[in-house]
Formats: sequence, C-alpha cells, structure tokens
Amino acid sequence: MTNDELIDLEIRLLMEGVYQVYGYDFREYSEASLRRRLLHWLGGSGFASFSLAQSQLLRDREFFDTLLRNITVNVTELFRDPLFFRTMREEVVPYLKTYPFVKIWHAGCASGEEAYSMAILLHEEGMRGRFRLYATDINEEVLRRAKEGIYPLQEMQRFTKNYQRGGGKGSFADYYTARYESAILAPGLREHIIFAAHNLAVDADFGEMQLILCRNVLIYFRPSLKERVFTLFDRCLVPGGFLCLGLKESLDHHRIRSGYEELVPRMRIYRKQYVHG
Amino acid sequence: MVVVGVSTGGITALKILLGGLGDDFPLPVLVVTHIMPEADDGLAVLLNTACAIRVKEAEEQELIEAGTVYLAPANYHLLLERDGRLALSIDPAVNFARPSVDVLFESAAQAHGAAVIGIILTGAGCDGGKGLHSVKEKGGFAIVQDPDEAEMDAMPRSALALTRPDRVEPLPRISSLLLQLAGVGAANS
Repeated sequence: MTNDELIDLEIRLLMEGVYQVYGYDFREYSEASLRRRLLHWLGGSGFASFSLAQSQLLRDREFFDTLLRNITVNVTELFRDPLFFRTMREEVVPYLKTYPFVKIWHAGCASGEEAYSMAILLHEEGMRGRFRLYATDINEEVLRRAKEGIYPLQEMQRFTKNYQRGGGKGSFADYYTARYESAILAPGLREHIIFAAHNLAVDADFGEMQLILCRNVLIYFRPSLKERVFTLFDRCLVPGGFLCLGLKESLDHHRIRSGYEELVPRMRIYRKQYVHG
Repeated sequence: MVVVGVSTGGITALKILLGGLGDDFPLPVLVVTHIMPEADDGLAVLLNTACAIRVKEAEEQELIEAGTVYLAPANYHLLLERDGRLALSIDPAVNFARPSVDVLFESAAQAHGAAVIGIILTGAGCDGGKGLHSVKEKGGFAIVQDPDEAEMDAMPRSALALTRPDRVEPLPRISSLLLQLAGVGAANS
C-alpha cells in the first residue's frame, strides 16, 4: 500500500468515525476537495497522521470543531456575483411580488452574506414585511457569526461595488455602521432572517418555499448526495417556485430537471413547473 | 491526461500549444489560466474556433474525454477526481489565484499519478510550482516552458526552482512533444 493509499484509507476510517460519533456524514462529500481540506487541517493540527489525530477527534468535541470548521466553511461576500442579484431583481422579484408572503431558503448560508444581500434587495424592491428568509448551515459556529451581521470594514468597499453592480437602488452605506475595523449591518435587516442549523445530507424537509438558493454548496457533494438534496429541494419548493444554483452549477443530468425550466440561462435560475391535469 | 497552467501571455501561449493538437488527440487536456473573476467562457469560445482540438469550459461533474480541452471557469478552482470527473471549488485563492494551477495539478497528481503530464507555461507569480512538483513526485511527466523564451518567466522559473522537470522546451516544441508522449509510453495514456 502506498502512502497515499494509506492516507485515503485513514480518511475513510475517520469519516466513518465522525459519522458514528457526531452524526455528520461527510462520506458522500466530493473526494478531491475533502482530501485537500482535510490535509490542510492536518497540517495545522499538530498530528502527523489522521490515524493519530483520530483518537482526540472522536473524544474531544472542541477539537473536532476545528476539523468541522475546515470541512464546512465557505467564504463568501455580500452581493457575490452581482449579475445574479441584478437578474433576481429584474426577473424573479416580479413573480415573488404576486404572492402575499414569500418564504425563502438560503441552504448552506455560511456567514450569512447571501441572506443579508437578499434582505437588502427585497427591501429595495418594495417587499418589506412580505418575506422571511431562512438561512441554514451545517456549521453552528458560522451561524452564530452570521447572526451578528458583522463584517470586516475593509471588505465593504468591494461589497459596495458588488451592490451597485447588482442594481442597488440606494446607498450601500445606509445598510451598515462602521465601528473600528468592523461594519455592523443594520439590525432591521436581521428582523427578516431566521438562522438555523440544518444538515442537507441528513436532515428532512424544511418547509414550503417560494425560492430556494443553494449556491456553490453542492459542488462539494458527490452525485448521490446531490441527488438527495435536489429531491429535498423539489419537495420543499412550491410549483412556480424558484431554485437558484451557483453560476457554474447545473440542474442538468439530475432527476428533477424535467420538472423545471431554466428561467434565465447562464444565471442558473430555475423555475418549478406547474403540473397540469 | 495533460494538465496545463498558464497566466500572463496565456491566450497566445494556448493558441500555440493547443493549435498543434488535432481533434483526435488521444488525451484529455485540463487548463487553468488566471482569468478575471467575472470572465465568461469567451476564452474557450475563442480557442475552440482557433484550434482543431475541441475547447470548452469545464463543467462540474463532467467526465473528461480524449480530444477535448477543459478550461477552468472563472473564480472557481478546478479539481480532477479519481473517476475522471471534474469538480469545482470556491475555497480561498491559492497563490492569489482562483482558479489555481497548484490546486488542479495536485488533485490530478493525487488521483492519477503516472498518467499525468503537467505543463507550466508563461506567467507572473509562482502558481503551479508546487503543483508540478506533485505531478513529478507521483510519477507523472513534467514539462516547463523555457523561461528565456516565455513572455513572462516567473511561473516557469518558480517551477524550475522546485522541480527538475523531464523537459524544458520552447513553446512551439511543446505540442509536438505532447503528440510524441501521447503516441508512445503506456504510462502516459
């Protein structure tokens, strides 16, 4: 057995152990990225191998959390992919406005930027009081941070550009206050958002939604887990509802595809068809 | 398969490299070029028109095929899985780059070892140095563009600083070298 094969084996054993002890199922995560993230973690862990680290990982929750953080955190930004948000305003919001109340699920919300961006967007599009955002993630530590709505002030310049290119109608500075090196998002934005833990791999349906966003999360899952998640989304989405993926993700080749039309090609905004008869 | 990393001067370099390969080239080719985060698939379209070999943007979960060049999409890392499928990642930039050459090369070397031919071409920065080292370490074949002839010599030089490649060649000779390698050597097909 080569050293690499041994490492692969250790990773498989560790993921099995993690599943049995903590209930997190990473066995269906895409191998190449998982391996890369795990090796990166190992390098900083103080252990020479996964086998050696395993004992403490399975017994010490705090130590395990350092690993969890590494496997599950996605770094994102406010109004990431500005064109997507512009398209959301122009193509999707008009449909959302036809509902008296809209429920939106940000699946895999990480530190919350996408949810806050959507809250800002919907305020500006005149939907204040008519929507609720459910922002979920597997990682509870990152959810705690998301709830605070505090971001590095030095990032705000880039976010401002994103916001403007995303069709922002106001002044981005109105949405946060600067305090030392931090930017604190306006509390009013948080009123419309519920942050909750949810594990796409194992948890059940999350309720009936008019819009689901799951952008650049599924790229880390193997095909079978992706299928499971798409089926979950399909169950939660009302007919006529919208599913949004990352710009380089696609619904093609997946079971639920035939029930959806691509509302805006290239933006990966899909609409669930109404079923007739 | 072939993995290629290129940065500054990439469009011209790729035209020359890929231009020498036909649509019957027996290996898949994966390319990371340091494009702007908001770039669309324009480069793939341009190269597809200019070259005989088929060029397209890499798609998530796509199974790589011979006679096709897959370009990493903007603002995502490109990785290769053991089963020959492409994977994307939005992990932080590596060597200030996303897509990063190191990320592609390391994943390919890890998953396919001796079956990998890695090529570092012109570019600024040092992305790809560690990646090419991985390729060589896992039994693959390493090629570096001659830095004296490269439009920007930093990437080739930093690759050379970390690894003794199998060949250092001026750009125009690299595609014929590839044809040679692809035609012979069971380990490289």
